[in-house]
Amino acid sequence: MALQRREKSSPEIPTGSMADIVFLLLVFFLVTTTMNQDKGIGMQLPPQGESKKIQKKNICNIWVNVNGDILINLSDNVPLSQLRADLERRMAENELLIVSLKADEETPYDKFIDVLDEVKLSGADKISLASPSE
Amino acid sequence: MNFKKKGGVAQSIPTGSMADITFLLLIFFMVSTVFVRFRVSGIMLPKAEKIEELKKRRHINYLWVSADRKVYIDDKIANVDQIAGIFYDRRIKDPRMVVSVKCDQRAPYGLISNVLEELRKADALRINFATNREG
Repeated sequence: MALQRREKSSPEIPTGSMADIVFLLLVFFLVTTTMNQDKGIGMQLPPQGESKKIQKKNICNIWVNVNGDILINLSDNVPLSQLRADLERRMAENELLIVSLKADEETPYDKFIDVLDEVKLSGADKISLASPSE
Repeated sequence: MNFKKKGGVAQSIPTGSMADITFLLLIFFMVSTVFVRFRVSGIMLPKAEKIEELKKRRHINYLWVSADRKVYIDDKIANVDQIAGIFYDRRIKDPRMVVSVKCDQRAPYGLISNVLEELRKADALRINFATNREG
């Protein structure tokens, strides 16, 4: 009996179209890539129920009204551009100063963030966010 | 007169290493790609200067407040009084959780203050007011 050899099939994986596949994947990742990262103003909230008695002279109250006008300690009306310098001066006078930020219920968020940004830029690290109802 | 042909210079660009170059680019993009997980349309973030970047993406949870006073957790709409419960569970699962508060610049502060109060109830104290870079 004559056994016929089977025809050999080539054991190699065809790599001719590899480059095409890689290009396709490359284009997919090029299109879907977003380089943006989450960023913003970091804050650490106080735990609930924690209230400390703080001496009045160590608190600097900042009120922000609906129009974004700023009032410090119920007496000084400070424009946003001068807030940083004003706070730096106050903090140089009193190292224990705590900045308490209070905004009206209807104050737009960007006005609040503008003020918070200036407070952060002034180097204040003790910042309290008071709720509007208090 | 016989014109002799000049010695031929190979005019084709070598493409042998093309696949290697594309592989390299592919690997770069595969590694650097991050997919946007949640998106709520129509949110205009405010701008600020003193901002920090959040590094560990898997610890970030998203809370959105839109201009029309709706609150979204991740990308699902939620009530303000649901926030504490949801974030309390998440904080137990991930103690290093950071909440990225993405509020529209026109949203009223009163609502955001209520949201922050709920987060305090849930003991989710590390927050980040999402902003864009100024200028």
